Amino acid sequence: MRHVITLLVENEFGVLARIASLFSGRGFNIECLSVAETLDPTVSTMTIVTRGDDQIIEQVLKQLNKLIPVIKVVDLIDKDFVEREMVLVKVSATEKTREEILRITDIFRGKVIDVGSKTYTIEVTGDEKKIDALLSLLKPLGIKELVRTGRVAMARGSKAITELT
Amino acid sequence: MKKTGSQIVVECLKKEGVDTLFYYPGGAVLPLFDELISSPFRQILVRHEQAAVHAADGYARASGKVGVVLVTSGPGATNTVTGIATAYMDSIPVVILTGQIPTYLIGNDAFQEADIIGITRPCTKHNYLVKEIKDLSRIIKEAFYIARSGRPGPVLIDLPKDILVGSTEFKYPEKISIRGYRPTLEGHLGQIQRAVHLILKSKKPVFYVGGGIISANASKELFQFAETLSIPVTMTLMGLGGFPGNHPLSLGMLGMHGTYHANMAVMESDLLIAVGARFDDRVTGKLESFAPQAKVIHIDIDPTSISKNVRVDLPIVGDCKHILLKMISLIEKEDFSSFKEGLHKWHRQIENWKSIYTMSYQQEQSIKPQYVIEKIDELTKGEAILTTEVGQNQMWAAQYYKYLKPRTFLTSGGLGTMGYGLPAAIGAQVAFPNRLVIGISGDGSFQMNSQELATAVQYRLPIKVAILNNGYLGMVRQWQEFFYGKRYAASSLEGHSPDFVKLAEAYGAIGLRATKPEEVVPILKKAFSLPEPVVIDFVVDPEENVYPMVPAGEPLNQMRLV
Ligand SMILES: Cc1ncc(C[n+]2csc(CCOP(=O)(O)OP(=O)(O)O)c2C)c(N)n1
Ligand SMILES: [Mg+2]
Repeated sequence: MRHVITLLVENEFGVLARIASLFSGRGFNIECLSVAETLDPTVSTMTIVTRGDDQIIEQVLKQLNKLIPVIKVVDLIDKDFVEREMVLVKVSATEKTREEILRITDIFRGKVIDVGSKTYTIEVTGDEKKIDALLSLLKPLGIKELVRTGRVAMARGSKAITELT
Repeated sequence: MKKTGSQIVVECLKKEGVDTLFYYPGGAVLPLFDELISSPFRQILVRHEQAAVHAADGYARASGKVGVVLVTSGPGATNTVTGIATAYMDSIPVVILTGQIPTYLIGNDAFQEADIIGITRPCTKHNYLVKEIKDLSRIIKEAFYIARSGRPGPVLIDLPKDILVGSTEFKYPEKISIRGYRPTLEGHLGQIQRAVHLILKSKKPVFYVGGGIISANASKELFQFAETLSIPVTMTLMGLGGFPGNHPLSLGMLGMHGTYHANMAVMESDLLIAVGARFDDRVTGKLESFAPQAKVIHIDIDPTSISKNVRVDLPIVGDCKHILLKMISLIEKEDFSSFKEGLHKWHRQIENWKSIYTMSYQQEQSIKPQYVIEKIDELTKGEAILTTEVGQNQMWAAQYYKYLKPRTFLTSGGLGTMGYGLPAAIGAQVAFPNRLVIGISGDGSFQMNSQELATAVQYRLPIKVAILNNGYLGMVRQWQEFFYGKRYAASSLEGHSPDFVKLAEAYGAIGLRATKPEEVVPILKKAFSLPEPVVIDFVVDPEENVYPMVPAGEPLNQMRLV
């Protein structure tokens, strides 16, 4: 089963390497990972998407907690949460497809952020399903390049991760 | 007052109560060595950096204090890796200080640069690269705290040369606050109460205790608990000494080479009380058929150990000493007389297993390795500190010596590192100059760190090394005999080892040899009476095997007995 885990970690050298090496060393899989500083510059937040049965996920959570620079670990699967990722797509744009691309972009509440002589580059934000749906529509039109950020996630409601248990 | 980085290191080590360093110099750490000349520490110059870590590890296991290592950058640092991994697998508190090239050169492939932080990340509890001198004292304080608290382990500090020669105002941090590290010590009271009830309801309980009982210094509590309720105790290799091996409630070691009755008792038990043990595959055998009827209580300081391999009915995270004490106090409030009555049948059953099979060997013309260990046990009355190498020698040392006290059996359990025993004996002897320290060795393993005889001689450490010389990488040969049709690929050393007596003498130690059973006791007596390091070459039966044996991956009750 897919789990979205958010963590607070010390914003210091080598933390990402520690986490990555924990996953590779113990054979846990990592689907995507994103890191960024929080309001407090000494702390970063990480979102990790991983898969595994209950026993594996229990180990993943415990092993993450065991790392010294990891301050807090929350498995969002037990919570109601929102998740988003952003994608940049460079699509071939011809006389025939320009209109179609703009329409699709519009429906997905995306933006065209760059126009080349033969391409549009569009930006769309959403959850995994929305991004996948967008890509499946754009694919037949010719995707030249695509970059996804990986997911960021947050529990719904007024509690911050520091207050969650 | 301003101090240099090197002076700060020395001051911090003093504050941590360090009395001994195991070290080896090199360019990147010369500023620190220069400072050490006038420092109060006992300083042991080993002959290989791997041995420095094993020695510090042996010192730590024997004394309960943190072992400290200092080596140079590059090859000095990479040579420590096996030692660090050994300490990590067995949760031994060691702090390793490595020199590093100056911060402004890091990443340039400078001379003797190695990314030791990257290399040791998976085999340290934590590691630090000191990038600014202002962080130095805090990092050292944290490193010692992390190494010795919670589930102990090795912590490495990488010290770039410019940090050592730089200077700053020295202030020793009084407090530690690491927001991501707060080990749980007190167990959950509700869980503890439930555990007590489970125990008092059980009919066939067994204590299964591991190295955690020793690192938590909880042997006394275990003893009291087991005696109060008459619950039998089996120990893992790492747990030996945690409960007296000569006590009627002791079942000895369990697992692959455990006793028949320990393995049978675990398999038949209705309640396993695991304390500071981690259900290693060498202990459980085939997982699916391990202790099928037993409920499992698991007490451990490390939450990741719990439910990793075996489903646990009742986990208690915390320090074993705290938790056992709490449990005892709860039990004392209960009426447990009928529980104890109820155990008679269980004890009879165990006695019955004991009578079916006890570990033994055939006395013949040649010296039997088991006999050597037995005689060492008789002569030292369980009072010595034993270290081992890895292989058959290690298993016989575990089976035929009755460890009575914690911290008297030092062995590389988790990693199984050949080459551990000699430097570990040096470390233990440094910790206890007046105790008898005996390194049980194999002809193969001995050669993996035999250079350390020079260290023992230099510092007049009167360790006794007993090589059980079977002319083979014996444990490998045993597996080949059992599982590879007696094809002894690469496992014979016969005729290709040095003359161990001459080798000892070349180093300035004393070399002795025994080839007949009747020579064993006189030679041991002689060795124990000498104030120098002694190597005894016991020429033993080449094809003796370790029994019982549960083949890897088989259920624990499927033991080969002969
Ligand atoms: C560093 C290392 N290399 C290889 C092994 C694999 N190994 C385990 S036991 C053993 C044989 C040890 O031979 P010896 O020291 O003579 O001990 P014996 O089994 O004969 O008592 C070997 C090679 C190991 N445990 N450690
Ligand atoms: Mg051998």
